[in-house]
Amino acid sequence: MKTTLTGSISALAIVAAGIIQPTIASAEDYTKFGIDADLPGTCNYAAIDAKDYSGETLYVITHAIPVIGEPTALHAEQFAELTGAEVNVVHVPFGDLFQRIMIPFQSGQNAYDVLFYASLWIGDFNRFLAPVPETYATSSGMSDVTDSFKGVATWNGQMIQYPMDGDRHYLKYRTDVFENPEMQAKFKDATGRDLTVPATWEEYNEVASVFSGFDWDGDGEPNFGSAEVAKRDDLMFSAFISRAAPYAKHPDVGGGFFFDIETMEPLINTPGFVRGLELFVEAQQAFPPGGTSFGLGDEIFSFGGGQTLMSYSWDDAFIQAQQEDSRIRNAVGAAPLPGAREVWNRETGQWDSFEEPNRAPYMTWGWSSAVSKGSKNQEMAFDFLCFFSNETNTFHDLQIGRFGVNPYRDSHFDSAFWQGLGWDADVADSYVTTLSEMEDSKNRVYDLRVPGVGQFMSSMANGVAEALAGQKTAQEALDGVAKEWSDIVDRIGADRLKEAYANVVRLEDNEG
Amino acid sequence: MLKPKHFFLLPALLTLAAIILFPLIFTVRVSFSSWDVYQAGLDFIGGRNYARLLEDTRFWESLLRLSGMSFITVTLQYVLGFALALAVWKNMVGGRVFRVLFLVPMMTTPVVMSVIWRTVFHESLGPANDLLSMVGIGPVPWLSTATGAFISVVIVEVWQWTPFMFLLLLAGLVSLPREPFLAAAIDGASPVRTFWQVTFPLMAPISIGAIIIRLIEASKIMDTVYVMTSGGPGTATETPSYYIYIRGLRDFQVGYSASLSLAYLVLMIITLTIIAKLLMRFLVGKDD
Repeated sequence: MKTTLTGSISALAIVAAGIIQPTIASAEDYTKFGIDADLPGTCNYAAIDAKDYSGETLYVITHAIPVIGEPTALHAEQFAELTGAEVNVVHVPFGDLFQRIMIPFQSGQNAYDVLFYASLWIGDFNRFLAPVPETYATSSGMSDVTDSFKGVATWNGQMIQYPMDGDRHYLKYRTDVFENPEMQAKFKDATGRDLTVPATWEEYNEVASVFSGFDWDGDGEPNFGSAEVAKRDDLMFSAFISRAAPYAKHPDVGGGFFFDIETMEPLINTPGFVRGLELFVEAQQAFPPGGTSFGLGDEIFSFGGGQTLMSYSWDDAFIQAQQEDSRIRNAVGAAPLPGAREVWNRETGQWDSFEEPNRAPYMTWGWSSAVSKGSKNQEMAFDFLCFFSNETNTFHDLQIGRFGVNPYRDSHFDSAFWQGLGWDADVADSYVTTLSEMEDSKNRVYDLRVPGVGQFMSSMANGVAEALAGQKTAQEALDGVAKEWSDIVDRIGADRLKEAYANVVRLEDNEG
Repeated sequence: MLKPKHFFLLPALLTLAAIILFPLIFTVRVSFSSWDVYQAGLDFIGGRNYARLLEDTRFWESLLRLSGMSFITVTLQYVLGFALALAVWKNMVGGRVFRVLFLVPMMTTPVVMSVIWRTVFHESLGPANDLLSMVGIGPVPWLSTATGAFISVVIVEVWQWTPFMFLLLLAGLVSLPREPFLAAAIDGASPVRTFWQVTFPLMAPISIGAIIIRLIEASKIMDTVYVMTSGGPGTATETPSYYIYIRGLRDFQVGYSASLSLAYLVLMIITLTIIAKLLMRFLVGKDD
């Protein structure tokens, strides 16, 4: 695919050159691969071109096109042309991806050399993955990966996933509305306070409620306050974690967010989570029609298409809003997820008050990659992943929203890069600042990266869905989830889960 | 006593065993194991999965929901299918065109049509609410309320599978003997009386077959629910097939989902046998 890098490429080259080791210089012309220049790097086009894998075959399993599947296919084709290898790529819909990887693992087959999958499955897959060799772990691209995403790729102190994407949830909002004096006055009339970017989920719900059901952007169609992923089996569990995190993740209490690491008792029905769910239920009144059955695609379309005032989840809705043909381009801003002024302290069994809202950034799962431990072509497999995520390819992929590759290296948090894509400076700054500040937070929340994570999240999503549908109260629903979680712990084994969960707690408690 | 000729049966028997018996027996074996995401393999845990199943309210609720959904959809399909078949049978103008037209929904791929119907029912952008708003109705919460989602799934099922009922019943009507109808006409029976006294009784065996076939299919409803509602809102449209899919392929609880599948199979066989017997008794007047 021919994609032209914008004027910021020079800046990028400078940024990249400043952080990577000197490597093979590009004497060849690689522009035929759709790039403007082969940036220096351990696995750049020139370095991979020097390899010869003729007669060898690499088997890759990845997500369906376009998200991750399209860049996989693109870079596989390039890799094959450069090295002479044959690269077979299998694309699988998300709902089938886990089992398509797990069944060959469990039956001892070496079906795929390279795997692209959701990073939270590391708890299930870690036994079957090859550690990233030192050569690649110290490559130029890897040394630029942020500490948090290195942590996501690490299991029991060993890097076993190859970072190629970075994901987190953050708030997106319409700056044109928040900065509009008429709208500010309307909000003040309705609530008695100034219109500000929500600092707590209570404020979020209040703002969303005021700006629901009327045409505030003058396009003749009614607008709404909030678009959220609320469809049960469509990643809604991540939306709930975002909402509950600041109420349940106390900055002074370590030792587990979902479980008490000492006892492996579920904390999912403690007051912090219940409060988060109550607010999620309340927020439905500000959803667009059908919003309670919105999946991720609907959420992206609703906010990115200009229907709703605010949203929160992965980057996609923001990138959609910032596409060249978007009617709300440069009318959006990014901000940290709302926080909470009352935070449940499970050690004292009381609510603690915070003058400054407690923030608990959710470093939600994203895409990751790995090499199968049973692969006979591990060197080629790691070369492929290193090439996939080399400096040139990564900057290329970041620019194409549908590819699903989001910032995960320090050099990606450069406002100039995004401004080079036509983003206004304040938009680019808000985006970069929001993302990079999450890297600095000491109160982050990660996914439950343990064996059987699918069971835990499926159970949680069902409980949350029951509360959203009014079938149960928030407390009843989460009590049911806690009961199911205890049963899952019994089935999989508390010791096994505790050992795995320690990896998550280490990240959350900033213990490396 | 085995004779050489009996060995000629062997290929067929082996094929039968491979295709039908092996998967079934393997499923039975898996259902007594704890095979899940961490423990792969056929250990033996006795009836623990079945004991768990008995306490699984979500499974039993989904069965109840399915019963209601199947009753409504199959009844509507039967009534509409019969009406359409009667209309075409009676040399309606353009009958041939309608015969083909009525079959189109059945020939479409369920998962694709579910995607299209989901778009139709999209509450902000879908044409259903657009059309209703023109007559001052709406917006209707098609997929975001329990009742709306249930009705939406029923509509799609009826739309997609009424043609199947139509096809079977039309074939039945075409094969009916002419003499009873001639006798009824000579006796001066009205069309309504002819229907209830002649057509309907003669069609009873075919009707029972069609209803049972549709009930079997309806009991497996999965793709429509998967695409349109994911079983929601809450669990409002969750059916046993979808629930088993979640447990087996999402949660990767292979052993437990095998026990759910077998329990579901046994319940379906018992229920459908009873329904077939009752229908035979009331519509045909005998048990077999």
